[in-house]
Amino acid sequence: MKQLSTKVTSNGHGQDSSYFLGWEEYEKNPYDEIKNPNGMIQMGLAENQLCFDLIESWLVKNPDAASLKRNGQSIFRELALFQDYHGMPEFKKAMAEFMEEIRGNRVTFDPKKIVLAAGSTSANETLMFCLAEPGDAFLLPTPYYPGFDRDLKWRTGAEIVPIHCSSSNGFQITESALLQAYQQAEKLDLKVKGVLVTNPSNPLGTALTRRELNLLVDFITSKNIHLISDEIYSGTMFGFEQFISVMDVLKDKKLENTEVSKRVHVVYSLSKDLGLPGFRVGAIYSNDEMIVSAATKMSSFGLVSSQTQYLLSALLSDKKFTSQYLEENQKRLKSRQRRLVSGLESAGITCLRSSAGLFCWVDMRHLLDTNTFEAELDLWKKIVYNVKLNISPGSSCHCTEPGWFRVCFANMSEDTLDLALKRLKTFVESTDCGRMISRSSHERLKSLRKKTVSNWVFRVSWTDRVPDER
Amino acid sequence: MVLLSRKATCNSHGQDSSYFLGWEEYEKNPYDVIKNPQGIIQMGLAENQLCFDLLESWLEQNTDVACFKRAGQSIFRELALFQDYHGLSSFKNALADFMSENRGNRVSFDSNNLVLTAGATSANETLMFCLADPGDAFLLPTPYYPGFDRDLKWRTGVEIVPIQCSSTNGFCITKLALEEAYEQAKKLNLNVKGILITNPSNPLGTTTTQTELNILFDFITKNKNIHLVSDEIYSGTIFNSSEFVSVMEILKNNQLENTDVLNRVHIVYSLSKDLGLPGFRVGAIYSNDKDVISAATKMSSFGLVSSQTQHLLSSLLSDKKFTENYLRENQKRLKNRQRKLVLGLEAIGIKCLKSNAGLFCWVDMRPLLSSKTFEAEKDLWKKIVYEVKLNISPGSSCHCEEPGWFRVCFANMSEETLKLALKRLKKFVDDGNSKRSCQKSESQKLKGSRKKTMSNVSNWVFRLSFHDREAEER
Repeated sequence: MKQLSTKVTSNGHGQDSSYFLGWEEYEKNPYDEIKNPNGMIQMGLAENQLCFDLIESWLVKNPDAASLKRNGQSIFRELALFQDYHGMPEFKKAMAEFMEEIRGNRVTFDPKKIVLAAGSTSANETLMFCLAEPGDAFLLPTPYYPGFDRDLKWRTGAEIVPIHCSSSNGFQITESALLQAYQQAEKLDLKVKGVLVTNPSNPLGTALTRRELNLLVDFITSKNIHLISDEIYSGTMFGFEQFISVMDVLKDKKLENTEVSKRVHVVYSLSKDLGLPGFRVGAIYSNDEMIVSAATKMSSFGLVSSQTQYLLSALLSDKKFTSQYLEENQKRLKSRQRRLVSGLESAGITCLRSSAGLFCWVDMRHLLDTNTFEAELDLWKKIVYNVKLNISPGSSCHCTEPGWFRVCFANMSEDTLDLALKRLKTFVESTDCGRMISRSSHERLKSLRKKTVSNWVFRVSWTDRVPDER
Repeated sequence: MVLLSRKATCNSHGQDSSYFLGWEEYEKNPYDVIKNPQGIIQMGLAENQLCFDLLESWLEQNTDVACFKRAGQSIFRELALFQDYHGLSSFKNALADFMSENRGNRVSFDSNNLVLTAGATSANETLMFCLADPGDAFLLPTPYYPGFDRDLKWRTGVEIVPIQCSSTNGFCITKLALEEAYEQAKKLNLNVKGILITNPSNPLGTTTTQTELNILFDFITKNKNIHLVSDEIYSGTIFNSSEFVSVMEILKNNQLENTDVLNRVHIVYSLSKDLGLPGFRVGAIYSNDKDVISAATKMSSFGLVSSQTQHLLSSLLSDKKFTENYLRENQKRLKNRQRKLVLGLEAIGIKCLKSNAGLFCWVDMRPLLSSKTFEAEKDLWKKIVYEVKLNISPGSSCHCEEPGWFRVCFANMSEETLKLALKRLKKFVDDGNSKRSCQKSESQKLKGSRKKTMSNVSNWVFRLSFHDREAEER
C-alpha cells in the first residue's frame, strides 16, 4: 500500500522536463561580469530588474513604511496580529487604484471585490478550486506559461485543453481554434468550465487585440462558462497601442453588472510590474460575490504578510510615485526590448512583434536542422551548452510549431544583454554554412509542420529543481 | 449548469456555525477600556500579546533589518527577487535552531528537512495533500482546533475521524479510543493515512504525556502505513520546558531513527503563537521523508513566506541572546497570566483542566449547565456572550464529546481586562447560583437524558446562512 498521496508520486507538478536542464546548467555556471565572464547568461527568467532604483529611492524617502511605523509611531503590534483574510483595507484600496491607473483610469476596481493571495501562483490555483471540479477543463491558448500545468492542474485535478494558435496570424486566438478546443474537450469527455488567457501574453509579449477579447467574451457568453484574464503583465505594456483589459471590453460592450460580468475574473500580481516576486503579492478580482467569498476563505492558505501589505500600501498610495514609476518602467522596458530586437535582427533573427512583457518571442525556425521538436531540443541544447545562454524552448510552452524561443531582456544589465547578443551572433554566423546545406531539407520538412504537442513528455529523473519563474 | 465548484458552494470550510455568532457579536460591540467599557471581551482568540515589548525593543536596537539592510548594505533587490521555494537558508537555519531551543536542545533539526509555508494553516493543508488522497482519513483526538475541519478537509477531500477523549482521565488519548477510532474509520470505508495531534494541545493547554506518545508510537510502529503528524505550534508556550516531550525526542530516545517510523513522523510549526506574529504568516513542515520534503517544497509555491519577512525574522531568531531571553520571559509571563485566570475562576467556583501550556484554559462549566446536553451548553454559551459579554469558545465547536467545557483565552488582553472579565463572570455565576438552587429539582429530573446522541457532534452542522465571517484564529 502506498504511503504518500498520488499527488506526490505522480509527476503532476510538471517539473520533470528537460526544460529545467537549462536551469541546472545555469546554477552550475552562472555568468558574473567579474567572477565568471564565460558563465551562462540567464535569459529564461521573466524578472523586471529595470526600476529598482525608483523603489529604493522611495524607501529612503519614506523610512516609516519598512520600519513598521506610521507617523513615526510603531504599529508593530497591530501588524503582528493582523491576519484578517479580508486583507488590509488601505492596501486593497491602493491595489485597486493602481490597477485602475494601469488601465488609464478607464475602468474602476472595487476593493471589496479584491481577494489577496500569496502571489498569482496562489491566486490562479485558488480560482481553479472555486470554479472547477476535478476532471473539469479550462481552455488555454498556446503557447502558454509552463507553470500553469502545475498551478491550474496539480492539486485541483482540473485539466487544460489547448487552443492552438499559430504563427500564420501572429499566434492570435481565432474563433475556429476556440471551437476546436471546446470540441476536443467534449471528445475527451471533459466538462469545459472556462477559458484562461494571459493578457499581455506570456510568452508572446503581445497584448490581446480587441477582436480577440470580443471573441472571448462572446464565446463565454454563448457557452455559459468563465473567463479568467491573468493580467500580471498589464503594467509592462510599452507599445504604441493601449492595453485593453477584459474589464475595458465589459464596459465597452455595456456588460457591467450583467450575468456575464460575474463570470469574468482578473488575476493580478506585483511580481512583474513592480519586480517584487519575493514579496508574494497576488490578487483575484471578481464580480461574483460567491467567488469573492469562497476565495477569501481559501486565501487563508496563502495570505500576504501584513508586514508586506503595510509597506506596499504606503508605496502604492503615493500617487506621485506610481505615476512616475509606471511611465519610467514602460520607457525602460521599451528601450530594452528594442535593444534585444535590433540585436537579434543583426544576427538575422526575427521576433514576433511585441508591445509588452519582459521577453521576446523569438523565431529561430530557420536555425533548425529539421522542422521538428527534436531539432528544437537540439538547438536549445546548443544554445545552453555552447552559446551559454539559458533561453526557453517553445515546446515547454506547448507551442505547436517548433523553433520558437522565449528570450528575456529585463533581468540583466544592458552590458550583459549586449554580450548575450554578441555570443548569439557568433553562433549564428558559425553555423550559417551548415544552414545553407540543410535549407532544402528544411523546405521539404515544412509540410510536416504540425507535430503533435499535446503531451510534452520530456521526462528526466525526479530531482529537485528551482521553480519556474514566469 | 452549476457555475461554481462544490468547494465554493458547499459549507465545508466550516465557517457556518453559530460558533461564529460570538465573533459577530464581538465585532459589533468590542470592549475598549475607554471607548466601550461595557463591550464584549474577546476571550476566544488564542493570541499571544504578552511579549511584544521584547520584540519591539529588539527592533529598535536593530533598525537596519526592517529596512532591507544586511551589515549596513541594502539588500532590497536581492530580497525583492528572492522567490526560491527552498526558502532563505539563513532563515531556515535560524528557525531550526529556534525549534531546538524550544525543546531544551534535547534534539536538533536539520534545516534541509524544513519546508516554509504561509502559516501553519498552509503547512497542515500541504501535508494532507502530500500524505492523503481524497477519501482517506486522519484520526484526531477530540477536542481539537475547529480550524482543522477546514484546513485538513476542505480542498483536500480528506476526512477526519475523531479519537474520543474524555474528562474521566483528563482527556488523555487511550489505546482503546485510538483503536475504536481506527475501527470506526474502517466501518466508514475510509483508508486511515495517519494520526494528527496538537502538542501542546489546543484547546486543552496540556502537553501530550509520555504514556500517550508511547501509545501513538506503538500504533504507528505496528501499522506501517500510518503517519503521525504532530502540530507543535504551541511548543514555546509551555510554562516549564522540561515538561514538553516532542515526537522528535521519542524518535531519538526510542532509537527509531534508523527505522521506517522515522519517515512517517512529521512536525508542523509556526511563529504565530510563540512569537505572537500571526500576521507575518510563518509556518513550517519538518519531515525526515525526502519525498515529502520534495513535494511539500514544490507545493509551498502556493503559499511562500514573504522574503521581506524571512529576512527580518532570520535576523531576529539568529540573535541567540534575544531568543534565550524571549523564551524564558515568554514562559514566565504566560504561566503567571494563566495562574491569574485559574485562581480567578477558582474563586468563582469554576474549575479548569490542569494545564501546563498554551494561551488558554479548558474550563469546566458543567455545573452551570441546566442539563447535560449540548443544547444546554449552547444556551449557557449564548448567555455568556450576550449577557456576561465574554466571547469564549464552546467545547462542541471543538468536537468535545462532553457538553459543558469551554476554551477561555488569557494572553490576548491586558491584566486589567482579564480581571474585569472574571468579575463579570463572578457576578453571572453568583446570580445564577441563587436561581439555580430553585431549579435544582428540575435538573434532577433531566439528569437521565444525559448522553445526547454522539453522531450529532461528528458533523457539526450549526448551519446558518452562507455569509462572510472573520477567519478562525486558533
